[in-house]
Amino acid sequence: MNEAPLTLKSHRFRMEREADWRRLEEILDLVETGKRRELTDSEIIALPVLYRSALSSLSMARAISLDQSLISYLSSLATRAYFCVYGTRMHLMHRIARFFARDWPATVFGLWRETAVAGALVLAGVLAGFLFTQASPDWFYSFLPDGMTQGREPGATTAYLRQTLFEQHGPSGLAFFASILFSHNAQIAILAFALGFACGLPTAYLLFENGLSLGALLAVYADHGLGVDFMGWILIHGVTELFAVILAGAAGFRLGWTLVFPGEETRAVALARAGRTAAVVMIGVVVMLFCAGLLEGIARQLITNTLARYGIAALTAVVWFGFFYAYRGGRRVGA
Amino acid sequence: MSEPNALTRPFVTPEGVDLELELAAASERMTAFLIDVVIITVAMVAFTLALLFVARLTGFRSAEAMVVLWVLGAFVLRCFYFVFFEQSARAATPGKRLLGLRVVMRDGSPLSLDAVFARNAMRELEIFVPILFMASQANQVQAAAEIAALVWCGVFVFFPVFNRDRLRIGDMVAGTWVVHAPKRVMEPDIASQSGGRAITFTREQLDVYGIKELAVLEEVLRKRDPDVMRAVAARIRAKIGYPDGDPDEAFLLAFYAALRKHLESRLLLGKRKRDKYDR
Repeated sequence: MNEAPLTLKSHRFRMEREADWRRLEEILDLVETGKRRELTDSEIIALPVLYRSALSSLSMARAISLDQSLISYLSSLATRAYFCVYGTRMHLMHRIARFFARDWPATVFGLWRETAVAGALVLAGVLAGFLFTQASPDWFYSFLPDGMTQGREPGATTAYLRQTLFEQHGPSGLAFFASILFSHNAQIAILAFALGFACGLPTAYLLFENGLSLGALLAVYADHGLGVDFMGWILIHGVTELFAVILAGAAGFRLGWTLVFPGEETRAVALARAGRTAAVVMIGVVVMLFCAGLLEGIARQLITNTLARYGIAALTAVVWFGFFYAYRGGRRVGA
Repeated sequence: MSEPNALTRPFVTPEGVDLELELAAASERMTAFLIDVVIITVAMVAFTLALLFVARLTGFRSAEAMVVLWVLGAFVLRCFYFVFFEQSARAATPGKRLLGLRVVMRDGSPLSLDAVFARNAMRELEIFVPILFMASQANQVQAAAEIAALVWCGVFVFFPVFNRDRLRIGDMVAGTWVVHAPKRVMEPDIASQSGGRAITFTREQLDVYGIKELAVLEEVLRKRDPDVMRAVAARIRAKIGYPDGDPDEAFLLAFYAALRKHLESRLLLGKRKRDKYDR
């Protein structure tokens, strides 16, 4: 019982392996502070080996050592190394390229049922808003909150309404307008997606309401014989924007549907899968809304010819539908 | 081996070692979030002031560009602050880093960008919607509806408190959870610090205590609080019947080393003496 304490086996174990642990720690420090590029070749080759030796050290220490601080140190080291070794992801640019070339169109395609339902809801909203407002202009004020209309109301003169459609703007102020529209719409779209978690009902409401106000406005303009011009004014960016909103709603529906009917898997697993699928769509939705913001804020203000507006609307429709439903580059077999 | 508690989860690596991850408590998650909110707010104020300064320097000719930058910057900061930091190598926002937390996929796979986006998009539901409801003005007729709405929001806000894994809705949807992954420094082995005059103990004296007591003693010796050490030393001397005389710290260090050696050698023979009641 009177040997020197240095002969503790657990202490010798520590003395022998300590250098490796320190080396691994240095590599991890570099990687975690985003200096992955500063690693030398020999360090990159050493990393998995050091990781495995840290794991075996941890098992060993748990079995033979009662030095609590050593065990928690090794446990932290092994955990950090695990995430460093197994968490390695593709380069960001590569990931972005893959997202556009494959993940996004394939996921949107896979969501076609939800998309159809969301689209039908918006369309139903437009129809309802249009028919109700045509039957009795009073409905208009139930569909559109005060202050949002800027005088585009049932009582307005034809000249005024025409002016709202074809007002010429200089280039100044347009970028501002576009940026406001984009950030507002993106916020709403993300909200519509998140509300999908509440079984999808608030999402359905948001989509329908969106349609209602559009339909009500259309009725007002159509009443003055400006229906065709109004649609040009809306569709030049609306094809992109409404499509994005519909996709956001579809992503929300996927969430809500999975929450209620998880299918064969457990609810947690099914929900996690649905959430990530929906998130891919949503990242794309933000991109689409950015395009829509540019079209609405800039292109619409500069192009005041109804035919040209329809032309651009048709072009965007072809681009988006082609990309999502006809482009086969990214579609996985059976997706 | 740390005491298994209600928040420890098995996490077996492909090499077959259980990393025994410890989930973050709801309070830690909340603290981390508040720190992030403060950082975002400060960044927003600084960003605004910087843009104002530039606009002023250019005699307000660039005012529109500055406003556009502001709108886009505010949007990016609000929506992508969390996404940006969580998809980095540390998988944690500055608030989480301060608390030693990180975001991890529950199935152990690499944390993907869509998962990070999903878990943060859900913040709209957890934070923004409740604030919206609280900010809205209620009249008498709507009061009942408002209360119902608040209860409804409460379900989302307090979600993490009501499940075993402390998942918020974003975690559920993304398949993630938040765990402790602190950076620890290696502390010196205190068994190597006892020196000078040899203090020896008999087998009977060392048989009194177990692993749990050894861990407590290790903590005491690392903190080095003289009062605590005196009390602990007195307690141990009385318990094992050891005469007074040695300085407290030297006595405790020697006892720690001897006890650890004793318990570790029994460990090698397959006997793990958990605590002093374990015979």
